[in-house]
Parts: sequence; C-alpha cells; structure tokens
Amino acid sequence: MDFQSVVFYFFSTVMVLASLRVITARNPVHAALFLVLAFFSAGGIWMLLHAEFLAIALVMVYVGAVMVLFLFVVMMLDINLERIRQGFWSYLPVGALIGVLMVIEMVMVLGGRYFGLDAMPKPAEVEQGYSNTKELGRLLYTEYVYPFELASIVLLVAMVAAVALTLRKRKNVKIIDPAVQVAVKRDDRVRIVSMRAEKE
Amino acid sequence: MEAVIEPVATFFGGAWPLVWSLLKIIGIIAPLFLCVAYLTLAERKVIGYMQVRIGPNRVGPRGLLQPIADGVKLLLKEVIVPSGANKGLFIVGPVLALGPALAAWAVVPFSDGWVIGNVDAGLLFLLAVTSIEVYGVIIAGWASNSKYAFLGGVRAAAQMVSYEIAMGFALVCVLMISSSLNLSDIVAGQGKGQGADLGLGFLSWNWLPLFPMFIVYLISGIAETNRAPFDVVEGESEIVAGHMVEYSGMAFALFFLGEYANMILVSALTSILFLGGWLSPVSFLPDGFIWLAIKIAFILFLFLWFRATFPRFRYDHIMRLGWKVFIPLTLFWVVVVAVWIMSPLSLWK
Repeated sequence: MDFQSVVFYFFSTVMVLASLRVITARNPVHAALFLVLAFFSAGGIWMLLHAEFLAIALVMVYVGAVMVLFLFVVMMLDINLERIRQGFWSYLPVGALIGVLMVIEMVMVLGGRYFGLDAMPKPAEVEQGYSNTKELGRLLYTEYVYPFELASIVLLVAMVAAVALTLRKRKNVKIIDPAVQVAVKRDDRVRIVSMRAEKE
Repeated sequence: MEAVIEPVATFFGGAWPLVWSLLKIIGIIAPLFLCVAYLTLAERKVIGYMQVRIGPNRVGPRGLLQPIADGVKLLLKEVIVPSGANKGLFIVGPVLALGPALAAWAVVPFSDGWVIGNVDAGLLFLLAVTSIEVYGVIIAGWASNSKYAFLGGVRAAAQMVSYEIAMGFALVCVLMISSSLNLSDIVAGQGKGQGADLGLGFLSWNWLPLFPMFIVYLISGIAETNRAPFDVVEGESEIVAGHMVEYSGMAFALFFLGEYANMILVSALTSILFLGGWLSPVSFLPDGFIWLAIKIAFILFLFLWFRATFPRFRYDHIMRLGWKVFIPLTLFWVVVVAVWIMSPLSLWK
C-alpha cells in the first residue's frame, strides 16, 4: 500500500467513526464537535484528490463559520435527553423504514453501472503549476455562469427571508444613535458651576 | 550549507524529508516562542512608559529575565480542573487555542524562498486556519462549566465570526490585485509598479492603493486576536477573564501563548499582504528578512499602543462596527477594485 492509500484510509476511518459518534453521542456539544472532526477529515480526503480549493473552502465555511454558530446555539440549549428519548420505540418502525429506503437508494446509485470504477475514467495527471482554484473559477464564471448566478440568487433570497422572519422592532430599547453620541460636546452633559467654598 | 546537510541527509536515508521538515518547523517555532516571551515583556515595558512608570525591572538586568521567571512560575503551578468541568474538552480547549496560531506559520514566507510550504492556496489556507482559532475559546468557555467562562466563549464566537468576514473581503481585494493566492507571489507583485521604478518601493506596496482595506484588516486583526480595545471576551471588569477564568498554570499559559502568537501572526500577515513583506522601502538598500522583522515589530508596537490608548468598546458598538461599517465598506471596495483593475487607470498590468 502506498503512502496516499494509507492517508486515505486514515482519513476515511476517522470520518466514519466521527460521523457515527455524531448520532450516538449523548451530549449535543460533543456531537457538534464530532461533526467538526468529520468535516475536517472530508477536507483531508478532498486534498488528496488535488481539490485544494474545495478542501480549504469546506474547512473555512463549515468548520470556521457554520459550526461555530451551531455550537453557539447548541451550547446554550439545556437539552433533557430523557424527554427526547420518550417515544423512541413507537417511532422506531417509521425511522427504520426510512433508513432502509435510504440504504437501498444509496446502493442503487453507488452500485449502478454509471458510477463504478470502470465507468469513471481516471482523472488526468496534473502537470506542475496547475492551479485547481484558477480552473474552478474559470469554469464557474464561463461555462456554468447561469447556474452559478441562479444559485447565488436563491441563497440571497433565503438570506433576506431569514432576516425578514426574525426581524422585529422592539419598543423601549435604550439605544442611542452613534452619530448623536459621537457629536456630543462637554457642555451637553456637564455644567460647571462656580461657587464659593462652604465652611462649617 | 549543502556540504553540511549532505552527510546528515544520507545518515537519515528515506526518513530525511520528514526530519528536514521537522527541523524547519522547530526553526520557526523556537524563535517564535522566544518572541512571544519577549513580546509580553515589551508590552509591559511600553505600556509602563506610556503611563509614566517603569514597568518590570527586578528580575535580571533592567527586568530582561522577567518572561523567563513568569514562564517558570506558570510551569510550576498546579493545573486545577473544576469538579463540574467536562474533563476532556477542558484540556483540549487551550491546545486548540494555540495549535492554529502555530499551524498558520507553515505558509508564511520570511524572505525570498524561506517558507516551509510554498503552496498555491496559501492565502486560503491562512483564512481557514485563522477561522478555526475560535474553537479553543468556545470549547474552553463551555467546558469550564462556569457562567463567566461561558459568557466569554459566547462573546468570542460572535465577535470572531463577525470580523472574519470583513477580514476575508479585505483579503479578496489583495488577491484580486495580485491575481495569486500564493503569499510569496503577493510579496513579489508588490515589488513592481511606478513607485518601484522611481526607486521608492514603499509607494507600490499594497497599503497605498488599498488604504481603506489596510485599515480594515488591521482593526479586524485586533478584533480577531481579542486585544484591547476589542477585549470584551476577557473583559476583566465584567466577566473576570472570560474563557480563562477556570484555568491555572500551564493550561492558562497556553491561552496566553496563543494570544501573543496570534498577535505576531496578524502583524506578519499585515506586513506581507500590505507592507511589502521582505522588500526594502527604497531601492538602494537590499531586500531581506530584516525588513519583515522591522515591519512586524512596528505593527506589534501599534497593538500595544492601541491597548494603552483606547478604552474597551461596548459590546453593541463592536457588533455595529463589524456588521454595519466594515462589511458594507469592504463589499463596496471589492467592486471599486474590480472596476479599477478593468479600467485603463489600472496599476496592475
């Protein structure tokens, strides 16, 4: 086994184990941190495929931003595991059915004749100085520019909707306009009074 | 140099690339820790003089051995794990706070060719590594099982995520005008231009055409490292020391090392991206590592100066500055730079 396979199996093992722990961990914070580990291992595997831009973007977006906000919320929740586990057995048949369906679908997709090792050609060896980032950018902004722009508009709409849903004006907040605050002079706040010293 | 390395390389045989990388890593980390130690002394001395007092002057000549004494003291102290703490994560927290601050140095070029990993996506790597720095603080804050520590962790999460975006957009401007993600190429690109042709190299560095981004990057860098006036994460007067309140001894020292290593990292990045890295400001002086060191030292001095000058920002002001001022400004400037590059007035042909 060459060095790359060793690295691949190492990352894959870590990723599978971490993903398992995401759903089995009792503590939600631990589960979120295991998800971070799984993202990291996925980034490592992508790096092996010479997809350095995607690998780093995965770490940057999911680990650096999304999961931080996830943790931020999960840490503040006081989750009672007993309450969540109630009704586990009554939901089990439905859950198991969906799970089996998903496994069958995965097998059909991954085991089909369009996805096998013989169906996919080996990626061309890249020459020295090949920049994955540049190539990706060129494709995104030339060949796939319409799907790309559409996706960004969908994201923008989602963002505006999320803001609009949570935006509410509260009354009685004691917020001061920073412009007013900066423009304050001493005379607005203090009055210097000259008075004679008081004696007993 | 080659003659010295050759026999050692044959001695290690196949393991030589590994050993050589390890040696290079030690060659960066060891001086870095020395710099961190003396940065703490410099901070106390500089702020001392700014406040018309002397600062530490008891240990060694002029107090020069003070960092060593502090280090020994922290090493000998007991690490106390609170009884309600989450033990594993309590230990992992400080490690994660220091780790990224050291990992980022892998792609930082010190001079022409002096870099451990001369990778193409260096700038992206830096963005990714600096974006996981926040985990140490969050995990420490949560695992301590203490209200103050938790508040510190939550504040850190909100603040670092906010300023990272502005920082990222500032870097987008830099990579647009240098059309490269490789840090060595970014520095080399700053050595060309009309200023450099006149012999005044410092006029063609990125700080001049990207001046607003330079300022945004510097301020966001201070916010990312949780330094004053953005140190609400520690906020001694409100939440005692934030995420560090339950830590003692070496575990606390790791946070301390991480914070100062991060300061040096941000200064190095500002120097490389905006101040021309190892390039000399005028053509009659040779380029070299010494210029990078001078620039890093200058920006570190700014860090200390700001701490001595400004009172701590209120929390809502920090959020306002990050989201309502920096992000719109940087977004707008990305468009301005894009138009500038495509226009006939472009400086980067």
